[in-house]
Amino acid sequence: MTGYVAGRVLALGVLLFGLLCITFAISHVIPGDPARLAAGPDASEAMVQTLRAQYGLDRSLGTQFVVYTRGLLRGDFGLSLRSRNTVADDLARFFPNSFELVTLSLLLAVAVGVPLGMLSAVYRDTWIDHGSRVMSVSGVAVPAFWLGLMLQLVIALHLGWLPLGGRLNLTTELPPPITHLLLVDAVLRGQWATLGDGLRHAVLPVVTLSFPALASILRVNRAEMLETLHQDYILNARAQGLGGLRVVAKLALRNAMIPTLTMIGLRYGWMLGGTLLVESVFDWPGIGLYAVNSALSSDFVPVMGVTLVIGFNFMLANLLVDLGYAWLDPRLRRTAA
Amino acid sequence: MNARVQALAFRGWWEDRATAAREARRYARIFGRNAASVAGLGLVVAFLSIALVGPWIVPYPEDATGTVHLDRKLEAPSRAHWFGTDEVGDDVYTRVVLGARLSLQIGLVITLVAATIGVPLGVVAGYVGGRLGEGIMRITDVFLAVPALVLAVAVVSALGPGIVNAMLAIALVWWPGYVRLVQGKALAISQESYVEAARAVGVGRLRIAFVHLLPNCLSPILVKASMDMGTAILTAASLGFIGLGAQPPFPEWGAMISHGRNYLPTWWWYSAFPGLAIYLTVLGFNLLGDGLRDVLDPKSQS
Repeated sequence: MTGYVAGRVLALGVLLFGLLCITFAISHVIPGDPARLAAGPDASEAMVQTLRAQYGLDRSLGTQFVVYTRGLLRGDFGLSLRSRNTVADDLARFFPNSFELVTLSLLLAVAVGVPLGMLSAVYRDTWIDHGSRVMSVSGVAVPAFWLGLMLQLVIALHLGWLPLGGRLNLTTELPPPITHLLLVDAVLRGQWATLGDGLRHAVLPVVTLSFPALASILRVNRAEMLETLHQDYILNARAQGLGGLRVVAKLALRNAMIPTLTMIGLRYGWMLGGTLLVESVFDWPGIGLYAVNSALSSDFVPVMGVTLVIGFNFMLANLLVDLGYAWLDPRLRRTAA
Repeated sequence: MNARVQALAFRGWWEDRATAAREARRYARIFGRNAASVAGLGLVVAFLSIALVGPWIVPYPEDATGTVHLDRKLEAPSRAHWFGTDEVGDDVYTRVVLGARLSLQIGLVITLVAATIGVPLGVVAGYVGGRLGEGIMRITDVFLAVPALVLAVAVVSALGPGIVNAMLAIALVWWPGYVRLVQGKALAISQESYVEAARAVGVGRLRIAFVHLLPNCLSPILVKASMDMGTAILTAASLGFIGLGAQPPFPEWGAMISHGRNYLPTWWWYSAFPGLAIYLTVLGFNLLGDGLRDVLDPKSQS
């Protein structure tokens, strides 16, 4: 098992290096003249030259790559071309918000998708199944940003049940940071009013972001459960008098979870990407909104920072999924180690 | 003698055709059994028809070219304007219908470019293998380890916004999916005995790869391409919504939703209808892809 884990971690390192090459290529090679892009259309030649020297863009690509890599290893993501903030500071400020959003969405997607997939398989061709299947095909086809807008339209604007967007009301007291995760900090500080307000603001973005993931988790889990429920060992368990949902939940679900876990990992990645859309709709101050605002002002340095952070998180999630596999399926552990 | 050979060849050809027709009918039966697949086909056919005849069936064809009619701005849906009008008085129905053609172009360009890059690389990685194949797969893994939308936004932030750059960016991050798919398939097929036979009689590696392997990978490629048409359209609309894709007056659905957003909740029709169009289009391609997979590639999973 140790060898297996070590191999996976090494593979993660190789992938990260590859990602770094991609962001370098995008930020240093594609724009042709990054300094001119950074300086904006009205800049004078002298300003462009200054920028070029300041960012080291006058040196060879090889040298630039070494400088870039060395900076990243120190946690230096560069300076925003527009605000002149260090991107690392901005990322540290915005990332916890996105992390909370994605984690809550993933929890919701799994908590609803897995049981619904299971019920859909057990009660095949009943109204539960039909409803679930409509949901599973719709979820992946509906544009998340549009779903978010429609939820805002109906639930926030017409019914007035929930706030339109943002993280907290302006008047809500911010908890002094401990973990920098707002909801967690509110609990730790015992600020229940802040927690309530934070949760109210989170409902619509979380539902929007989780819906496509929920749909595909449901779909995979249903398909796998249908297959597993016909296996001999389930029939055997039933023949021996183990009844109903107990068999389903204890015996079948564990096997059906392996492909479902892959889908959860994949969908986690989609959610990280989805933050760009959902945070834009709900004005949620996370790295997605940060990337979008930066990209809109041709400020590609923060966008590369967000790409690296999201890529790293997705790779980490895939690593966890692989380890989860080994835990669920002992055969994999032996062959891979 | 010669005539006899020709007659035999003709009979062979004729019987092949009959078999092919029987096969096709069998496929159609399997496909037709599933209501969802048929619905998907219906949606896709409707989308393609609208995309093809769009300019001739819309009531206000000039409304997609940047015209302004301030006298009829933000009107509610009515008999004259089925989906209402937008903030410069353009007919939303006209723009949604014309958006179908633009979406079709976007989907086709992205899918074709991605498949053209990805499929040959996948064949090489799966069949030729070696250090080259290994290298291709490692690069593919890196691309697949970052969500496509994020990479596409990163590329557009360097290239600058616009519909062409957005398509280019999405295509640039889309091909690895085809490499992964074709590589696995090619690897499996290369173990088949007919490939071994071809190798034994001295057929070259490239010829085996592209004449014997590739045609047998076509079914899963087709299934993926159908799914990708929907997903590519959705991704392009996402870039349009963010503001990095198509710019006005292009009748692009995502950009329309983004503009309409400023007029919620009173003028809801402005963003509601383009979103519905995206949803139905993507739904159609997904259901069609599912149906095609049931017919062409029943063993594979989602």
